Amino acid sequence: MAISAGPAKPPARKFSWNDPAVRGLFYQALAIGAVVFIIWYLASNTVANLNARSIATGFAFMNRESGFAIGENLISYGPADTYLRALVVGLLNTLRVAVAGILLATILGTLIGIARLSGNFFIAKAASIYVEVLRNLPLLLQLFFWYAVISETMPGPREALKPLPGFFLSNRGFKFPLPVDNVAWDFAAIGLLLAIIAVFVVRAWAKKRRDATGQQFPTGWTALALIVGLPLLGWIIGGAPTAMDVPAMRGFNFVGGGTLSPEFAALLIGLVTYTAAFIAEIVRSGILAVSKGQTEAAEAVGLSKAQTLRMIVLPQALRVIVPPMTSQYLNITKNSSLAVAIGYPDLVSIANTTINQTGQAIEGVAIIMGVYLTISLSIAAFMNWYNKRIALVER
Amino acid sequence: MTMEAAAEAEIKAPRRADAGPWGWARVNLFSGIGSSIMTVIFFFAAFILLPPLVEWAIIKATWSAPDIRECRANGGACWAFIAEKHRLMLFGLYPYAEQWRPMIVVVLFIILIGLSCSRRFWNLSLIPIWLVGVVSISILMWGGIFGLTFVENEKWGGLPLTLILAVFGMVFAFPLAIVLALGRRSRLPAIRMLCVGYIELIRGVPLISLLFMASVMFPLFLPEGANIDKLLRAQIAIIMFAAAYLAEVIRGGLQSLPKGQFEGADSLGLSYWQKTGFIVLPQALRIVIPPLVNTLIGMFKDTSLVVIIGLFDLMNATKASFVDPLWRGASIEAYLFVSLIYFAFCYFMSKYSQNIESRLSQSNKR
Repeated sequence: MAISAGPAKPPARKFSWNDPAVRGLFYQALAIGAVVFIIWYLASNTVANLNARSIATGFAFMNRESGFAIGENLISYGPADTYLRALVVGLLNTLRVAVAGILLATILGTLIGIARLSGNFFIAKAASIYVEVLRNLPLLLQLFFWYAVISETMPGPREALKPLPGFFLSNRGFKFPLPVDNVAWDFAAIGLLLAIIAVFVVRAWAKKRRDATGQQFPTGWTALALIVGLPLLGWIIGGAPTAMDVPAMRGFNFVGGGTLSPEFAALLIGLVTYTAAFIAEIVRSGILAVSKGQTEAAEAVGLSKAQTLRMIVLPQALRVIVPPMTSQYLNITKNSSLAVAIGYPDLVSIANTTINQTGQAIEGVAIIMGVYLTISLSIAAFMNWYNKRIALVER
Repeated sequence: MTMEAAAEAEIKAPRRADAGPWGWARVNLFSGIGSSIMTVIFFFAAFILLPPLVEWAIIKATWSAPDIRECRANGGACWAFIAEKHRLMLFGLYPYAEQWRPMIVVVLFIILIGLSCSRRFWNLSLIPIWLVGVVSISILMWGGIFGLTFVENEKWGGLPLTLILAVFGMVFAFPLAIVLALGRRSRLPAIRMLCVGYIELIRGVPLISLLFMASVMFPLFLPEGANIDKLLRAQIAIIMFAAAYLAEVIRGGLQSLPKGQFEGADSLGLSYWQKTGFIVLPQALRIVIPPLVNTLIGMFKDTSLVVIIGLFDLMNATKASFVDPLWRGASIEAYLFVSLIYFAFCYFMSKYSQNIESRLSQSNKR
């Protein structure tokens, strides 16, 4: 009777502290509970404090008039505009210095990285001294240094240096002529955009044809012709205007033209020279990681020097270079926040002014963190995608 | 046979191509057209840049002067400024008569770091050494007992403050980082998620935003009436920041351990904490010493950011030194002087990390 119907049910799992699954659940519940409690505790204190100081929470202040001026703005902005617009101006300034910094630091870093591998004793030594010195000094110190160099060694606007007619170099920054607003320049910009799209299309088509027929297509030259030609065409269609807005001395300062402010210049120089030292090391180790046999084999199968570099060495070096390079690009973006120390109106600087004026500390810090997190995660996602594309496909 | 061997030994090694100064120059400076052009450009640039630099820094420099105008009249660097203001730069607003105390603190820090660098002390004896160090540093900085006058920490500044922020930041961040790194590799999804969230959040934002948070938001977090001072708030922000970066470094060490180590520990029946404490961490931490030192270098440099929330660390004390109207405009000299201090610390640490790295890789080769 005891061994009657059906397969025996497994005994129901008894509750036991020796069961790892039970303990796992317990630990997780404990951790989440602790975190929730801490957040609840801090939040309730914060609410009580805000009530005591009668500060209203929320982002309603963003639509109020900011009342402060910003020295540099890519979009039109005045003190009568809202805080929201001021913050957007700051964000654009951050992106401007970050993008320029990433491009220039990559170029300078690559050059220095290659120079460190040079057979020439002095070039290699100079490059390695550069890397050692710049890496071992705080970036903030370097920014202050460059700012002091620019603002103390440059002459005043009246005695401005004139490297070229229409260009002025003074402690107010670098002034240069800008083309007068004209629809032709919009055409040129559209031409550039079309050219970039066309280059991608041509490249994809050329690769397909090469894979199918083995015929080479001069993609590089075509791309160059497109990138130069289409904007030029747009400019000519627009009537080929040549009027320039040349800066001129009026009273105590310059009027007209474009400006690179001393703050922007110091920030850009500091970021680029500092990050280039790190990029140089990354590039050097990337190149060293490609074994010599690869180059020799490429020569043996009859590839030209340029082909060897482009098809054999670079793809393999990039595999080593890209992941650490990603973190350097992220570093440039995050380090651009040091702008606040030398008075360049980046996002952090403007958010700081906003916090001081409105007292909305939590919202201000949340905006800064949210924006940087978004930028960081987007760059990381893009570089991960790129890294996956160039990664070695194994098995 | 022996004759042949002797004859063979007689044959000299071929003359090296880079023997002698001319040979060296031919190989290292003029090996080809490109290299020769580079050498010429290099010498030309040195010829243009070096003389004015030497003239500014040495020949026309002023070594002692009552104010900056005399320096500027000579046309060179104003090292007299450094002679006048070095104590403000090094110790900030610490009472002048008591500045021997922060001086000893700096020496203590150097001794502590030096001892920790020595392999002989890579064991539990470090804990009492650091405890004694921390206690004596606190006594010296604060005073109030043993007949030392009390100095509140608003007056702390300069190099000791920088060292306190960087070194204590690392020391307190370290245990937190170990927990985060282990949590990130945990099997328990909730714990893993919390750790990943914390690490990625902190690593995604600049240190400045954390310092801002510390200076404007921490006061709101505390119950009514409670208050913590600015230095402690900045220190907490730096600890939070350092912990996320250290956790990633330690995770690298955990991941590089061969799986056999974990399985071996499991097969011996060790519990999770025994496995982690006796098998995993001792090996993982040893592997990551070089990147840990690199993180310390980064932390040391990053403490200069506390300028932005108004603490008087080495950087800010330097900026304060040339506010004096008698010495206005000596900023470049001041920055060069303070660069030397930062460089000395960072360069020593980076050389140490390279040294350890090559020794560790040697022992791995065996």
